[in-house]
Amino acid sequence: MGPLAVNEIISSNTNFFLAFVIGIGFGFVLEQSGFSSSRKLAGLFYGYDMVVLKVFFTGGVTAMLGLLFFSLFGWVDLNLVYVNPTFLTSAIVGGLIMGAGFIMGGFCPGTSFCGAAIGKLDAMIFIVGLFIGVYLFAFGYPLFETLYKSAPMGSPKISTMLDLSDGVFALILVVVAVGLFYGSEWVEKRFPREEY
Amino acid sequence: METKDQPRKNRYMNPYIGGVLLGLVLLAANFISGRGLGASGAIKSVVVASAQSLAPKYAERTKYFKEYHEEHSGSPMKNWLVFQMLGVLVGGFASGALAGRLKFKVEHSPKITSRRRLVFALLGGIFFGVGSQLGRGCTSGSALSGMAVISFGGIITMMAIFGGAYALAWFFRKNWI
Repeated sequence: MGPLAVNEIISSNTNFFLAFVIGIGFGFVLEQSGFSSSRKLAGLFYGYDMVVLKVFFTGGVTAMLGLLFFSLFGWVDLNLVYVNPTFLTSAIVGGLIMGAGFIMGGFCPGTSFCGAAIGKLDAMIFIVGLFIGVYLFAFGYPLFETLYKSAPMGSPKISTMLDLSDGVFALILVVVAVGLFYGSEWVEKRFPREEY
Repeated sequence: METKDQPRKNRYMNPYIGGVLLGLVLLAANFISGRGLGASGAIKSVVVASAQSLAPKYAERTKYFKEYHEEHSGSPMKNWLVFQMLGVLVGGFASGALAGRLKFKVEHSPKITSRRRLVFALLGGIFFGVGSQLGRGCTSGSALSGMAVISFGGIITMMAIFGGAYALAWFFRKNWI
């Protein structure tokens, strides 16, 4: 049955329309959870507000388990679901640069659109920065290209690389997530901030 | 952190409930379209489209744009992530309106000026823009969506993003605490 668009059960235009609807859900949940506030997001890195970790891991684990169950029930063919390709060096270097951007800017791209939607001027400026950054990459592409394309590994799943079944890896990730949730509740008590 | 005297409707949602809802949205994206959520991909589309219309000759010669067209067919703006990000603006606005949070302001720690906040927001955006290209997606497209499909690259990028930010947190602490 699923993915509906890949199996041509819905047309490409319906797929675009549903992308818009999914985006509304995405933006709504992010804003409701407080992801429109850079000070709330940055709390993750100083321990005073761990909302990012809680929402992010609950979301990731929910979707992962959902996909595994859907696959078990025969509702979705996981072979047709896009898995991000891995270029190891580029993934690590890019991630570290994004980490620097996160701690300076207080947003990531998705959350900055959320902040901009409710009038945060700092979020709008962050978005301007994003465009400049992508333009810089485009113009400087000859400089980045070797790094960008080095260490290609295809689109491996971490479970395959560890020689585990998807289900066992999912169980491990759920246990890790629950541990992190306990940890973040403890950290928030340890580094409380009332005034922001 | 919510204070108890705030009216209930203005408070943020419980993070675990928010997380489950976020997971269901991500699951819906995978079930319907066979792909996860994303934000930086939409920005890339706008960059490609704007370069094409502002400087078509230059865009034709530039390798980055050439490779984009080898990998994508049709107009760069007729893209799943572009429609999805337009939805994010609508959904974010609706949530802010319901909670009474619509307001033009620069949010910053009382210890720093608005100007300093905006300078760092711009710098952060530039870094995130460059990094998201190397990482082939940002926190949404690479890290979160990657976790849902147990992608090795997605989980590596996630650890690098959060690890990088933690490693630098001490240097930028004055901006936040």
